[in-house]
Amino acid sequence: MALDKSYKDVPGTTIFDAEQSRKGYHLNQFCMSLMKSENRARFKAGERAYLDEWPMTEDQKQAVLARDLNRCIGLGGNIYFLAKIGATDGKSFQQMAGSMTGMTEEEYRDMMIRGGRSIEGNRSIGEKK
Amino acid sequence: MATITGAIMSSHVPSIGGAIAKGLQQDPYWKPFFDGFPPAHAWLAKAKPDVAVVFYNDHGLNFFLDKLPTFAVGAAPEYRNADEGWGIPTVRPFNGDPALSWHLIDSLVADEFDITMCQEMLVDHALTLPMALLWPGGGEWPVRIVPIAMNHVQYPLPSPRRSYHLGQAVGRAIEAWDEDARVVVLGTGGLSHQLDGPRAGFINKAFDLMCMDAIVDDPGRLARLSMLELVREAGAQGTELMTWVAARGALTGSVSKIHSNYHIPISNTAAALMVLENRAPPAARVLAA
Repeated sequence: MALDKSYKDVPGTTIFDAEQSRKGYHLNQFCMSLMKSENRARFKAGERAYLDEWPMTEDQKQAVLARDLNRCIGLGGNIYFLAKIGATDGKSFQQMAGSMTGMTEEEYRDMMIRGGRSIEGNRSIGEKK
Repeated sequence: MATITGAIMSSHVPSIGGAIAKGLQQDPYWKPFFDGFPPAHAWLAKAKPDVAVVFYNDHGLNFFLDKLPTFAVGAAPEYRNADEGWGIPTVRPFNGDPALSWHLIDSLVADEFDITMCQEMLVDHALTLPMALLWPGGGEWPVRIVPIAMNHVQYPLPSPRRSYHLGQAVGRAIEAWDEDARVVVLGTGGLSHQLDGPRAGFINKAFDLMCMDAIVDDPGRLARLSMLELVREAGAQGTELMTWVAARGALTGSVSKIHSNYHIPISNTAAALMVLENRAPPAARVLAA
């Protein structure tokens, strides 16, 4: 039986399914290592060297170094785990989420205060154009 | 026999922990959220629960992708919080209730829920923050807890229908527990929010308000949602609504709404609180009398 992937129709959204999870296993494991303060300190002291301790792809390492969260997600990252990178950088969850939208921090914060991103135009890829 | 006094559903946004630590409850950004809680405190003071059974979703503190159970029931004498990497202070440990945990495990497996049993379990912000919101002020927690973790990280996620049925099975088990205990059921998460991708910041107030009505009188409507509908209508992380649906499933009597609060935004999320009272059905009241 084919897997039901109807959720791929939601625009601007990558569902963390088996395909993503298999790709991103070591990327996510690296992220989780940042829950320990000594690891956060080691990562900050030498990012590339710390990343090289993990069997991640070069693309994944570059995406982390660039703090390109959309690319990290495309390469199998899960936002709950990627959030540990932002926390290590001293970023709030709102700053991290906003960084994926193409909006400035201020524009994103104001959008949230005004009630968030509307479902109008964001229901399905067909609708989005 | 044990009594289910009701259910409380609450958001668990990590930044709430920072706001509590910094004492920002009356700050203009936070006030509309924290002001929702005194009526819940008043209800808890009357309901006097001994135990809280908490449906929540772990975000990687206890379960990672190496081993990720769909449903896991805590059976520890004590549950600790730990550094999640956010820099929010960890909360004091919770006392467990292993007797109730093992009763639930026995009953759930007999009911064909093949849950994971955990005699050691760290609890993350999804459990600790609603507890800190409901019982503020420090000191010993006035309730013991039984955590029930639901997978909302790795697809496939448990379906809304299965989550509702799990809650119903937990409710039946609690009421069959041969102890004179008062139990409150918690569901934590949501409501609509999306933390990732170009659609981040998604909020759906109309859907949230529908959910807050249906959770009282028509939970079956929420149990019939598909995962696609949930992601589309509630946002990629809005699937946490299923913790609410499980908690509502555990209420087996007649249910009335005591209180609700809804506020946009807390960080990226539409934050909500509901207090539901559970009254045993008339037949059970007669039997008990």
